[in-house]
Amino acid sequence: MTIAEIMPFSVLLPLIGAPVCAMLPGRRLPWLLCLIVVPGSLVIAGMTLDAALDAPLQYAFGNWPPPIGIAYRVDAANAFVAVLLAGIATALLPWARRSVNDDVPDRQGPFYALFLLALAGLMGITMTGDVFNVFVFLEISSLASYGLIAYGRDRRALLAAFRYLIMGTVGATFLLIGIGFLYIMTGTLNMVDLAERLPAVADTRTIDVALAFIIVGLALKLALVPLHLWLPAAYTYAPSFVSAFLAATATKVALYVMLRFIYTVFQPDLAFVILPLAPILLALALAAMLSGSWKALFQEDAKRVLAYSSIAQIGYMVLGVGLVTAAGLTASLLHMFNHGLIKAALFMGLGTVAYQAGSVRISRMRGLGREMPWTFTALALAGLSLVGLPPTAGFISKWYLINAALDAGQPWLVAAVLIASLMAVVYVGRVLEAAFMQPRPTDAKAVHEAPLALLLPLWLMVGANFYFGLDTRLTVGAAEAGARALMAGSGG
Amino acid sequence: MSEWLHPSWLLFAGALPLLLLGDRLRRAWQLLIPALALAAVLGLEPGTYGSVSFLGFDLTLMRIDPLSLVFAYVFATILVIGSIYALHVNDGVQHIAAFTYAGAAQGVILAGDLITLYVFWELMALTSVWLIWRRQTATAYAAGFRYILVHAAGGMVLLVGILAYYHATGSVAFGELATHGAGFYLILLGFLINAAAPPLHAWLPDAYPEATVTGIIFLSALTTKTAVYALMRGFPGTELLVWLGAFMTLYGVTFAALVNDIRRLLSYHIVSQVGYMVAGVGLGTSLALNGTAAHAFTHILYKALLLMGAGAVLHMAGRSKMSELGGLYRTMPWTLVLYMVGALSISAFPLFSGFVSKTMIVKAAAEDYRAVIWLMLTAAGVGTFLSVGLKLPYFTFFGRDSGLRPAEAPPNMLVAMAIAGALCLFIGVAPAPLYAILPYGADYNAYTFGHLLKEMQLLTFTGLGFYLLLNQLRAKAKISLDTDWVYRRLAPTLIARLSEPIATADRAARAACLAAPQHAMSLIRRGDRSGARLARSWPVGSMALWTAVVLAVLILSGLR
Repeated sequence: MTIAEIMPFSVLLPLIGAPVCAMLPGRRLPWLLCLIVVPGSLVIAGMTLDAALDAPLQYAFGNWPPPIGIAYRVDAANAFVAVLLAGIATALLPWARRSVNDDVPDRQGPFYALFLLALAGLMGITMTGDVFNVFVFLEISSLASYGLIAYGRDRRALLAAFRYLIMGTVGATFLLIGIGFLYIMTGTLNMVDLAERLPAVADTRTIDVALAFIIVGLALKLALVPLHLWLPAAYTYAPSFVSAFLAATATKVALYVMLRFIYTVFQPDLAFVILPLAPILLALALAAMLSGSWKALFQEDAKRVLAYSSIAQIGYMVLGVGLVTAAGLTASLLHMFNHGLIKAALFMGLGTVAYQAGSVRISRMRGLGREMPWTFTALALAGLSLVGLPPTAGFISKWYLINAALDAGQPWLVAAVLIASLMAVVYVGRVLEAAFMQPRPTDAKAVHEAPLALLLPLWLMVGANFYFGLDTRLTVGAAEAGARALMAGSGG
Repeated sequence: MSEWLHPSWLLFAGALPLLLLGDRLRRAWQLLIPALALAAVLGLEPGTYGSVSFLGFDLTLMRIDPLSLVFAYVFATILVIGSIYALHVNDGVQHIAAFTYAGAAQGVILAGDLITLYVFWELMALTSVWLIWRRQTATAYAAGFRYILVHAAGGMVLLVGILAYYHATGSVAFGELATHGAGFYLILLGFLINAAAPPLHAWLPDAYPEATVTGIIFLSALTTKTAVYALMRGFPGTELLVWLGAFMTLYGVTFAALVNDIRRLLSYHIVSQVGYMVAGVGLGTSLALNGTAAHAFTHILYKALLLMGAGAVLHMAGRSKMSELGGLYRTMPWTLVLYMVGALSISAFPLFSGFVSKTMIVKAAAEDYRAVIWLMLTAAGVGTFLSVGLKLPYFTFFGRDSGLRPAEAPPNMLVAMAIAGALCLFIGVAPAPLYAILPYGADYNAYTFGHLLKEMQLLTFTGLGFYLLLNQLRAKAKISLDTDWVYRRLAPTLIARLSEPIATADRAARAACLAAPQHAMSLIRRGDRSGARLARSWPVGSMALWTAVVLAVLILSGLR
């Protein structure tokens, strides 16, 4: 079998695993199944990336050639995202065992089945070369995420999941409307075909509206300000494991799809011309960076702090897109990966705190730094990565982003990046200050350091933040190749 | 062997075991590692070593030339002295912070390119703040946070400056900066924040007096002096720095006169003394640059000595306000003697170290025919002697008897102070070894008749003035808490300016956050009695509304 023939199994493994998992009894077996399926998916994704760095891979399902059947088309950009997805999921699983036991006390088969479905959906969105298929997988992953969020112990999780469901459905519907318009005008759903046929009909109002619907639909999934309102509650009340997984992956995939539509389907010389996308994306990115960071300053719940910080970080990524340069695109892809690492580490840290102390409200975390030094040191180090200090992955992102802004001749954007990072110092500092500097309230219940089963994966993730801050060959190399692949797609 | 051994790695590696070792072993370790680091630094040979590739750049971890060596020597020396001084402190975190901080400072000094410099620069901020926080008081925590915020901002400015410089020149090598674009000014700004140049100096007198007794020794030696080094390397002969430096000397002295806390007084004198160095960098002649390097060298030693003396008082008497101290000479004679060595050094008394270095910078100003600068630098010298050499010791060790009878400082503190004092004296008496390691081989003799006469006149008349005005000064001391209060209220510090609006905005935002939902709730209640249901569905509605708005904007903007 060639690598192109193995490639679809990175999606199929979790997709097939999900119904099996749903039927498994108890708590250990579903988790063990995931532990086989998800790393398998990662291995395949890794092999795919390795091959895709040289040339794009093609796979036609059922041997139907692309215009008729569904085809996977994988170049460096989506292979990179796929590795991030499967990698984060794999790294989270060992940690998940304890944390999920805490959040989902009884049968866990359905929970892990939803997790596998969400992963399969996200992987599918990433791999596919068919726009309708994007919509289908988007719905699969979204529906699974609504279910996962609703598993949260807090009753407000239901409401959060419900709101996410409404907004997610609106987003998906918008995407579907846009895709429908494209299909009406061109008669094809294959991305490569669309790219060939769109220029001929580019001057119609329908195409303008299609692009607008697609961008808004994806911006909703991406939680780009001002369409972010569903995100804070969803991340806050979801089970710790789900928060970590979704924060590190879901929005990234939405951004990837947006890039794919802009660069491959519409192509920049069309997409940025028929609508003034660049200034709008820049404006929204700035709004996201500043308002997200600002709101994060005043949150009382540490998970909510991170949720708003995610909104700000999405702004960084969109900023790279709005620059419309190869350097900007590289920075965007790079930050997608690095932010996945950062947020996974931070949410894992908070999940560990929640597991031991029961609450991640900042006022309840006072003095916990002395009771749980390993957990909070890990949180502090991951915080450094979020702020963007060397030698962490976050620094690499910031470096490339500022570089890209200067490169594009828009140095004033740098000021916004700096202000947002300064605010990050403050909101990360607030959490750590409570944990390390303030005394433990005398009436607080005793809290002990977390078990090794939680600490070890957490520290591995923190270590990854530092590793990818020092050795940038994989990340920068893949991000540059991904940006090239997206740009090359634009050449036809 | 030492050719490839970066002193920073030694210090980083040596820091970790401090947490695990028992008290006795910890002490031995704390003497061993700085000694090894000093040996490693002394073994450094000029050249460039340690080339690594990062982000597609070829970085030079070690670029060793006479300029970096001067700073490396004195940084290694002060680590030894400071570690001895801190030997009695059983706080692993503090010692680890001191080691990594000193290692980072060495890294900055030896960095051959701007990216390496930046990495160590940030590490310095991150490690040094623990020397403040470990005082473990509420004010220290708050001051530490302001400190880290200022340095985070400074670091970001520096980072952007480096990137802009790279875009302008295509190089990240660290030498005299080749452009005069945005990169030049941003990097300068980043350096000046660490050099505590007004109006960007506020973090220093704000945070240093809150640091631990032993931590302030490292703080005073490393952060501002790495900035001086960076300025010397990147910005020699920048006219702006001449005036800024001269202004700093007077600014620091003036504010020091208004302060009651002895460690805060000495902190303001760091600003003043760094001013001499900044002015020296700005003058840019080889005499001035040599003077800057020499003054950084001597300043680190005597300022550490002064702060060790003040720290000994704080440690033993438990307080550091001049109005609460007095008469300590009875029980702390050695501290007094050693402190006075430092005080005479900073006042540039002949035969003490300050004399052989400060006069170089002042003379360089004269040789450059800058009368105003010369006058400013000389006047600042008067103020320095007045407050560090006379006022502080008078009100702390003599003056009104406070009734305090603290014991003499512990032996390790005295030994550390004695080493620093001996070095101050040695350099003052025999400056040739110091002159020999200066980077720009200039021929200079401090002990000319003219220099001696000028300094002695200045100091004698300052002393006379102090004697005559003593009554007024004493009267001031009685109300110096009030002056303290005035300073805190009036000091035009950046921090005060920054933190006040932030606090106000914070309050306003919180109030708004509280008021807006209440307002909305009351509106909804007015319209609908079962308000809760409406309130709950409101966010979804607003999300849908925003969606519609964004879609409308996108479509309308596409109309042609």
